[in-house]
Amino acid sequence: MKNYDKLIFELSVEGRTGFSLPDNRWEHRLPEIPEVLCRRSESGLPQVSEPDVVRHYTNLSSMNFGVDTGFYPLGSCTMKYNPKINEETASLPGFTSVHPLQPEETMQGTLQVCHELEKALCAVTGMAAFTLCPFAGAHGELTGLMIMRQYHMSRNDMKRTKVIVPDSAHGTNPASAAVCGLRVVQVRSTPDGTIDVEDLKPLLDDTVAGIMMTNPNTLGLFETEISRIADLVHGCGGLLYYDGANMNPLLGKVRPGDMGFDIMHLNLHKTFSTPHGGGGPGSGPVGVSAALWDYLPYPKVTADGDGKYHLMSGSHTAGRVSGFMGNFSVMVKALTYIMMLGNKNIRMAGPLAALNANYVKESLKDCYRLPIDRVCKHEFVFDGLADTSSGITALEIAKRLLDYGFHAPTIYFPLLFHQAIMIEPTETESKDTLDAFIEAMRNIAREAVSEPDILHDAPHGTPVRRSDETLAATRPVLRYRQVE
Amino acid sequence: MAKVNEGLYYSETHEWVRMVDGYALVGITDYAQHALGNIVYVDMPDVDDEVSADEEFGAVESVKAASDLISPVTGTVTETNEALENTPGLLNTDPYGAWIVKVRLAEDGLPGNLMDAAAYADFCANL
Repeated sequence: MKNYDKLIFELSVEGRTGFSLPDNRWEHRLPEIPEVLCRRSESGLPQVSEPDVVRHYTNLSSMNFGVDTGFYPLGSCTMKYNPKINEETASLPGFTSVHPLQPEETMQGTLQVCHELEKALCAVTGMAAFTLCPFAGAHGELTGLMIMRQYHMSRNDMKRTKVIVPDSAHGTNPASAAVCGLRVVQVRSTPDGTIDVEDLKPLLDDTVAGIMMTNPNTLGLFETEISRIADLVHGCGGLLYYDGANMNPLLGKVRPGDMGFDIMHLNLHKTFSTPHGGGGPGSGPVGVSAALWDYLPYPKVTADGDGKYHLMSGSHTAGRVSGFMGNFSVMVKALTYIMMLGNKNIRMAGPLAALNANYVKESLKDCYRLPIDRVCKHEFVFDGLADTSSGITALEIAKRLLDYGFHAPTIYFPLLFHQAIMIEPTETESKDTLDAFIEAMRNIAREAVSEPDILHDAPHGTPVRRSDETLAATRPVLRYRQVE
Repeated sequence: MAKVNEGLYYSETHEWVRMVDGYALVGITDYAQHALGNIVYVDMPDVDDEVSADEEFGAVESVKAASDLISPVTGTVTETNEALENTPGLLNTDPYGAWIVKVRLAEDGLPGNLMDAAAYADFCANL
């Protein structure tokens, strides 16, 4: 159903209903409810039958694109398949019926899941401890920077307000630092796409709180100078923050803790296969080295010698970052993913993600401009078409891909190139799917020359055609048309 | 190819300066507007704000990215282009007509290292 765009309220017919309520046996008590709490008007809920409701939401769901409908090579987002068994375990009644204010001794199983997950995350990252509280990646970044700031402040080292961020960084890095009240300073990339160590050196002084890096970086390239950078930053008293958005290709191969990072976040909704992109919520656990354990937010789960679990807080804690323990059901899903793969198979995820990315890159680099031609990790970046004569842009290529049944890659990021097209296939795709995507990309490169108008007007087959992004930003329509 | 206009001064960060009656009008170049894409918001300084050469004095936001505006001159803002508040797209349609700020130059407020049209065209061609 292509053009279904109704609100459930538009289906409402006076008196139509899809349920029957039992008699209200408390009618006589109603006068006891304080007047101010009583509704004076109708509730305004839609009056619809069960088939109306089912068709409405089924039709809406068919207008969406997700990893369950097709290939989703959105760079830096790690849109890997979300195994259905994750949903099964997260739906177990023992997990869904707990209340966060229950006494510890009545939710030992829940706390055990948190503890087991923390142990597993420590094992794959080389960090000493994790907080599971942050709700998403950027929240994890903010939490990590709060820990960094708290560490310096607790040592009375008040000058450290500068956070160094590479020019290829995820936009959330400088944003998180600014929200945390820290000053952002940019460090350049070399023409090879990695951090320019010579540009970094003059920035290092006793005002540096730390550096934020993602490795591999947003060009999908491994920062080979990382141990030198770690020595330099530690040498001036700063800390190293690892943005875990690009952790996937390292899974089971390399550990941020071993690279010298002091603080990091993980996106359970990327690396550990829990849903995101409209299907979330997310979860952004933050890990620290042993020296920073005491600064983690609370509450934190610990295990005592008798196999009992408790909630506690470190004495220098950076504070509370969530109402309770974060998005618990996401933790159950991530732990399920880790346990289903097991110690041996989880080591395959990273290498297969890198293999898939390199296969797509090598298969397309004759039609698309590859500014940095190196072996990549989980993702890579094209800078528009190799043949620029048609003037076709990254936006038009991305829109046309929708007609071929693929989700668009990330475009116009990183900002190092004008027509950036950032592709991350992930390890969960078969060679057949990758070949179909490669074929579509090659077709689009041909169309750019032979029938450029197809690209100018794309997409042609989606429920919503090309939207006017300028109008959407300057004159947004924030409410649906008035429904009588 | 991005257009350049004769008679203007250009910076490496793609701002231009036009001297009119002793005042400096500052805007962004055709290359800049093309790289940014459709501009949806311009963050301008207030009248009487001081601006310094090579320092940020505002920002432009497009559908693709947000980018700082780097002042090519030093002086005091005497006027901002109010038309850009409601119609930021003027920077796309008429980059050399749509100035952003008018600046009363300080002494030596116009740096000697700004490029002329030919030098800037060369600079862009090599980017």
